[in-house]
Amino acid sequence: MNHLTVKVWRGGAEGAFQAFEVPRRASQTVLDVVTYIQRRLEPTLAYRFACRVGMCGSCAMTVNGRARWTCRTHIDLVLQEEKEITIAPLRNLPVIRDLVADMREFFDKWASAKGQFQGRLSRKDDFERIKPGEPERVQVDAGIECIGCAVCYASCDVVAWNPGYLGPAALNRAWTLTKDRRDQNRIERLRAVAGDAGCHACHTHMSCTERCPKHISPTAGIAGLKRESIRAFTGKAS
Amino acid sequence: MHAGTWAALVHRVSGILLVLFLPGHFIALGSALEGADQFDSFLAWTQQPLVKFMEWGIVLSLAAHLGGGLRVLALEFLPWRDWHKGLAAAAAAGAIAVSLAFALAL
Amino acid sequence: MTARAQAYLWLAQRASAAVLALCVVVHLATMIYAIRGGLSAAEILARTRGNVAWLAFYSIFVLMVAVHAPIGLRPVLAEWLRWRGASRDLFLLALALALAGLGLRAVLGVFL
Repeated sequence: MNHLTVKVWRGGAEGAFQAFEVPRRASQTVLDVVTYIQRRLEPTLAYRFACRVGMCGSCAMTVNGRARWTCRTHIDLVLQEEKEITIAPLRNLPVIRDLVADMREFFDKWASAKGQFQGRLSRKDDFERIKPGEPERVQVDAGIECIGCAVCYASCDVVAWNPGYLGPAALNRAWTLTKDRRDQNRIERLRAVAGDAGCHACHTHMSCTERCPKHISPTAGIAGLKRESIRAFTGKAS
Repeated sequence: MHAGTWAALVHRVSGILLVLFLPGHFIALGSALEGADQFDSFLAWTQQPLVKFMEWGIVLSLAAHLGGGLRVLALEFLPWRDWHKGLAAAAAAGAIAVSLAFALAL
Repeated sequence: MTARAQAYLWLAQRASAAVLALCVVVHLATMIYAIRGGLSAAEILARTRGNVAWLAFYSIFVLMVAVHAPIGLRPVLAEWLRWRGASRDLFLLALALALAGLGLRAVLGVFL
């Protein structure tokens, strides 16, 4: 039977990679491998997963230097380009243990960016009618499928360089809300996302767009936020 | 490292090089104020091969910075399309073309 | 820095970038043309001295650079040198003044 050598991060911020021999199987994913290790070889290995079918984003980790969903990353695909598999927790986030990253700052920044919808209608009012083809709705729809997996956040150089930077996911969500005409919090939200650690800190590396498993482009949304902030705060139409 | 990261880094590094170069450039040109002789002795210095090579480097930096800057402007102002990823390549091509023109003229 | 101030900085950066794009193209083309066959100071200055159009062009070029370079450097200092806060912004203001001063001196030296 074919075997695979896999290096897995053990420890917290300090630690080391531990090597395991795992049997190769057809259509094996990185999550399959991690699961095998924890169940058969090393019960103390800590890792996260939930749906295992590419819907929840919980299994995101760094595989051979790139942030990905491990349940949707086939071993065969990784081995086409490289000889070894190295699995580590997501970058740019504190490590709780082994492959588990502390997601709190990711969601705290989401809140700081005012990533919550604020409507004005009550159940007594009629619905706000928004046609799917409206230009603003099309822009919102392009970014609405985010499931908060933090792959973009882990891939962003500016997050690594600037500890306060809100990050692609939080800013993308702020963009979808800014463009939603039902939302009432536009100015406060723009104030929250257009400061020093906000949209203007994006330098269009586009790693977020490159890596997003949902094919969202946070860079596009952030560019939109830049234009909206000019409109809101300088009186120059953009 | 993918195209966008390279484009942004080249844009940044070329910008840094330009900021470091410009004060010297301004001071040297300001020597023209002292008269043609001062300026001539400066021009003679620029004929040295090492200096010519550095000048070419500055021209390359300027062209690269312009290319990277046009890419940023396109990404921030133009409607999003699939070709946005090719902007990095376009910026690089433009920069190389300009620096070649300069090198040939040297 | 407030959202409003950031918005103005971004606007100044993009506006100066647009003007500089034109200036740089003209400058590069002029330099490539001018350096063919070599130049002496007397030759250069003969063409440039008293030329008001070029004087105006390069003055604008210098002022745009004095706006664009410090704003561009600002995030680099924060992200790569961990320099943030008022001292960094004061340094950048000084840099802007230095670039404008040295640049305009050069423009006057060559074109006046």
